[in-house]
Amino acid sequence: MTPALETQMLVKRFGGLIVTNEVSLSVRPGARHALIGPNGAGKTTLINLLTGALTPSGGRILLSGEDITDTTPFARVRKGIARTFQINQLFNDLTPLESVMLAVGERMGHGSRLFRPLFADRTVSEEAAALLERFRLADVMCLPTRDLPYGKQRLLEIALAIALQPKVLLLDEPAAGVPEEDRHEVLAIVRALPSDVTVLLIEHDMDLVFSFADRISVLAAGRLFAEGTVEEISGDPQVKAIYLGDAA
Amino acid sequence: MSAPHSQIAAAFLRRKAAWTPLEAGLWCLALAAAFLFPSQQLLLSEIAILALFALSLDLIVGYAGILSLGHAAFFGVGAYTAGLFSLHVSAEPLTGLAVSAVVAGLLGLATSFLVLRGSDLTRLMTTFGVSMLLAEGANQAAWLTGGADGLSGILLEPIAGTFEFDLWGRTGYLYCLAVLFILLLVARRIVHSPFGLSLKAIKRNSRRAAMLGIAPNRRIVIIYTISALYAGMAGALLTQTTSFVSPDVLAFHRSADVLLVLVLGGVGYLYGGIVGAVIFTLLRAWLSVVTPQYWMFWIGLILVALVVIGRDRLHPARAIALVRSRLPGRAGEKAVPLSEDSR
Ligand SMILES: Nc1ncnc2c1ncn2[C@@H]1O[C@H](COP(=O)(O)OP(=O)(O)OP(=O)(O)O)[C@@H](O)[C@H]1O
Ligand SMILES: [Mg+2]
Repeated sequence: MTPALETQMLVKRFGGLIVTNEVSLSVRPGARHALIGPNGAGKTTLINLLTGALTPSGGRILLSGEDITDTTPFARVRKGIARTFQINQLFNDLTPLESVMLAVGERMGHGSRLFRPLFADRTVSEEAAALLERFRLADVMCLPTRDLPYGKQRLLEIALAIALQPKVLLLDEPAAGVPEEDRHEVLAIVRALPSDVTVLLIEHDMDLVFSFADRISVLAAGRLFAEGTVEEISGDPQVKAIYLGDAA
Repeated sequence: MSAPHSQIAAAFLRRKAAWTPLEAGLWCLALAAAFLFPSQQLLLSEIAILALFALSLDLIVGYAGILSLGHAAFFGVGAYTAGLFSLHVSAEPLTGLAVSAVVAGLLGLATSFLVLRGSDLTRLMTTFGVSMLLAEGANQAAWLTGGADGLSGILLEPIAGTFEFDLWGRTGYLYCLAVLFILLLVARRIVHSPFGLSLKAIKRNSRRAAMLGIAPNRRIVIIYTISALYAGMAGALLTQTTSFVSPDVLAFHRSADVLLVLVLGGVGYLYGGIVGAVIFTLLRAWLSVVTPQYWMFWIGLILVALVVIGRDRLHPARAIALVRSRLPGRAGEKAVPLSEDSR
């Protein structure tokens, strides 16, 4: 079966520093694939390469077998890649409603409508409201995003990506920084993601990784170090040594 | 019990795009001025034209985040086009206005590619450069533009063959006001559209905007072209109400003044240009009587004070919104920022 997402010998250098080192990763359609690794391993950089935020120094990226190495970030989104950010990238003075409507509207190609008022776009506003309700954001959807509690902002991060109805979803530490009492909300949303969406999850929380993932790749110092099922990775002594040892 | 969320959403969006009493009052006042101050119609026209020019700048500065120090390029081209058109083709003002808009818009489209990339500084320099090129070009092409003497002897027919320009300038003012009003309605529609929202997104956070699949370049080209079109019409109105075009319409100080006007009035809520134009023109008229030599000094002082103290705290519209949001039982309206750039 053609992988939903594949990298071939992907390399990224920052000057002399090799941050992504000949990474060949393959993610099966519909997978729950986790990418773990210590701080500075190059996980976020890999996502930046996959989404086109960074240009690779070498190698190829394939989406359902199609080479997308040289396409623009927004073209990749239209082809079905969406991501969330490790550090919130939200529109602080727009409301969650407007932000999600923006995502839904762009997906439907309404973004170049100049003279139609936003409120007249009922298909978009209804879909946005339904999505916000699913993400438990309905009660705050008309407030400026900057006034939302941090946990809610993290939910909005994911909602914006889901609103694009992606084929492949890249989640960069979705629960990072969320206070303990709000974590379950974020985790529940991640667990309840539509099963036809291929998910690549970066996460330090091993409980989440082991309960969520059906496959795990381990990145260390820019290299793919190990890959396998939950049992294989959690039982691998070397993985334990470089990663689980100090995390657990 | 409580309305479904989709209804709450629709109501919120509708309210956000709705007219405010303040807005309606402003237009009534502007219309009343045509009859209340019969001897000040020329000054009023000047304000309306400057307001339109600043509105056009607000579309790119306030909504797309593109700073320009050469917006007079479009104003000047509109002014010259209106003059030449009425001298050589037709003296009907509305046709002249439309032709000026198209010519300025085409120039905007052609130069929009220069502002797609780069930092604020490079944009300031390229826009500045384009306007300098045009100013020098107009100066050299004396056979067409009259060089340093400009174009004079522009006689206009009644507007749409009906409304005669009068000696006191009331028709002129009402004409300018009508154009400003219609163009503000159009701008209002644009900023409350999905397109307008996408511009805000590009300005606020271009990284996330790209990750929502928004290709920024086309959007910027479109709004830059519209902005140029608006500026061109402002220039045309100046020509038509003064029956004269001088090389001054392309001068650097015009680009600087209009930026100043916009900062005075506030960026990113559409009315900044109008508020700023009223303050700027009245202040200049008053200061040049009180202290003819030093009026620029006072304008400069006010500008510095605005930036240092922060316009938010001085801005009347913003202050009203703030007070309103603090009133009990209106929490929902807290989400209506009058000045979008208040960060
Ligand atoms: N733009 C850049 N220029 C230079 N070095 C960079 C740049 N971006 C990332 N790096 C370096 O690349 C390495 C990998 O960074 P990256 O953010 O991908 O790690 P990560 O695995 O996501 O870590 P974390 O778990 O802390 O999020 C780090 O050493 C970082 O300093
Ligand atoms: Mg990271």
